[in-house]
Amino acid sequence: MIEVRLFATLREGRGKILFFEKEDFSIASDILKKLQIPEEEVAIYLINGFHASLDAPVEDGDVLALFPPVGGG
Amino acid sequence: MSGYYYEKIARINLTTGTVTVEKLDIDLAQKFIGGRGLGTKILYDEGVAAVDPLSPENKLVYITGPLTGAPVVSSGRYMVCTKSPLTNMIACSNSGGVWGAKLKFCGWDALIVEGEAPKWTYLNIADDKIELLNAEKYVGMLSAQVDEELKSVYGTNASVLNIGPAGEEKALLAAIMNDKDRAAGRSGVGAVMGSKKLKAIVVTPSKSSVDNIHDADALKKVNKNCLGLLKANGVTGEGLKAYGTAVLVNIVNNIGSFPTKNWQESYYDKADDISGETLADKFLVKNGACYRCPIACARIVTVNGKVVGGPEYEPLWAYGANCGLNDLTAINEANMWCNEYGLDAISTPCTIAAAMELYQKGYIKEDECDGVPLVWGSSEAIIEWTKRMGKPESPLARLMSSGSARLCEHYGHPEISMTVKKQEMPAYDARGIQGIGITYATSNRGGCHVRGYMISPEVLGLPQQLDRIATDDKAVWAKTFQDLTAVIDSMGLCLFTSFAMGAPEYADLMNAAAGTNYTPDELLMAGERIYNIERMFNKAAGMKPEDDRLPKRLTKEPIKNGPSQGQLSKIDITLPQYYEARGWVNAFPTDETLTKLGLDECVAK
Repeated sequence: MIEVRLFATLREGRGKILFFEKEDFSIASDILKKLQIPEEEVAIYLINGFHASLDAPVEDGDVLALFPPVGGG
Repeated sequence: MSGYYYEKIARINLTTGTVTVEKLDIDLAQKFIGGRGLGTKILYDEGVAAVDPLSPENKLVYITGPLTGAPVVSSGRYMVCTKSPLTNMIACSNSGGVWGAKLKFCGWDALIVEGEAPKWTYLNIADDKIELLNAEKYVGMLSAQVDEELKSVYGTNASVLNIGPAGEEKALLAAIMNDKDRAAGRSGVGAVMGSKKLKAIVVTPSKSSVDNIHDADALKKVNKNCLGLLKANGVTGEGLKAYGTAVLVNIVNNIGSFPTKNWQESYYDKADDISGETLADKFLVKNGACYRCPIACARIVTVNGKVVGGPEYEPLWAYGANCGLNDLTAINEANMWCNEYGLDAISTPCTIAAAMELYQKGYIKEDECDGVPLVWGSSEAIIEWTKRMGKPESPLARLMSSGSARLCEHYGHPEISMTVKKQEMPAYDARGIQGIGITYATSNRGGCHVRGYMISPEVLGLPQQLDRIATDDKAVWAKTFQDLTAVIDSMGLCLFTSFAMGAPEYADLMNAAAGTNYTPDELLMAGERIYNIERMFNKAAGMKPEDDRLPKRLTKEPIKNGPSQGQLSKIDITLPQYYEARGWVNAFPTDETLTKLGLDECVAK
């Protein structure tokens, strides 16, 4: 299982936490396509809490977190 | 007028009740820009580093930047500079809203307040007229009421700056408020104002703009470019408006650097309950903006049916995960009480968290808690203890109102205070993010994230993504961020513009507005100069090299849970690298560095 956590505007129409079977995906870009999230809408992408690029390999049991461009303070 | 500033400073002596008009030194303003830089320089030159912060000898400098109130983006910022009673070092506390712009419209660049009034006083500033008036009837009033009552006297065009009961009590965590819920929050600046028996400063300008722009047409062009950059950037154009700084809750938690229960853990499984998403969903009435700001990140929420200013990321974290609490209703209320009593909304909940750990470990006893035990996750505790710190009556409340360092010291466990230089660290775990650890340790005003927001590259990927665990290059990045921040704080613009703008844009704005000729590098050098004069103020105030340290928990206790489990701060690697990048030895600038920066007056004779 791959756990995908969506945040901020990415939740709209999709939900907060989604689960996928590993067999269907090898990199995050595959999941984005499935969820119909354009890559430019993802500003921060984490695999198990660490920043990764969208073409980094995804393993079974990974927790992915996706954020749109957001600020700080 | 030089087309630069109004070149007018009002020196107000509360002891003698006199107001003197002074000319702002333009050469000094060129070197230190204004705001934070010039405010610090004035305090340094006037020997304030050596004074007792709560004595009449301390001075409060309320100072605008050259761009405060100018017809440019996000130009609403002003600083309160003084010697901090919390840290005994430089305090430069920054606030937004409209008060700073309106002080400028009155024709003043800055106010220097000295001495101590014989009776509670407030100032009324109507253009060039400054009156000292009896404030007895406002003593004890909370911020919203002070604002409303003074506006009923001076009109809705007035802007009110005030202290609440916390400042009146000289609580070391007291803030200075303006426009009801904007705060010069950190370093106990409110206690200094209270020690002078100054309750409020009202500004009522007859004008609604500044009229001393050097080249108005050029400024319009530059500003248009800046506005475009802000709108096009995802953070400043959309993200901050929709979710506020609160959006950081889920980000920082998901990298496992979200300090929980006074930094005993760093991942909070209930973080989403206190997130920007949930705040927008359940409590948000609308967003809000400071003067001329298109970013408009402020949260306006309802608390018990009242529409009030809502929490930023820091108090959400500090009252939330850091107190083991996921009750957003209670957090909104506690944050409101910080504004009403005039308390630092970071240090206050962080001190409550420290008290909760002391209670957990049996050092604070139940009978000291006057019916409200300091237990993790208690909604009642965060609300009630905030109010008690705002007007302390019991010994424990009085101790807590002086911050976690003095609180934990009193109970014989200083290691439980998560502070640097006695000021509470904010909402990012430096064990999981190496660069922010450098800026925590070396910030001239103590534990602070805005002095060098390394979160931007290490977490948000702006301007580029750095590996948060790595130490390579972090020291140089930290210095650059600190220098650029000093520039922005001195110009009078909001720091958030830096998500989309850089030194070239700031230089263009300065040159068009003020007739200066800064290159981006010269502007950054001014920032470096400002950072160094702050450090020299601290040296004169008695700062030691060991004051540039993180709490032992960050170097000795690895993160217990979550994605960053096992991590520690590598500050012992990065701190020497930072000093080298700065040209400092043993925490202080060398003579060579001082001379290079044009700070010969600081070179020991």
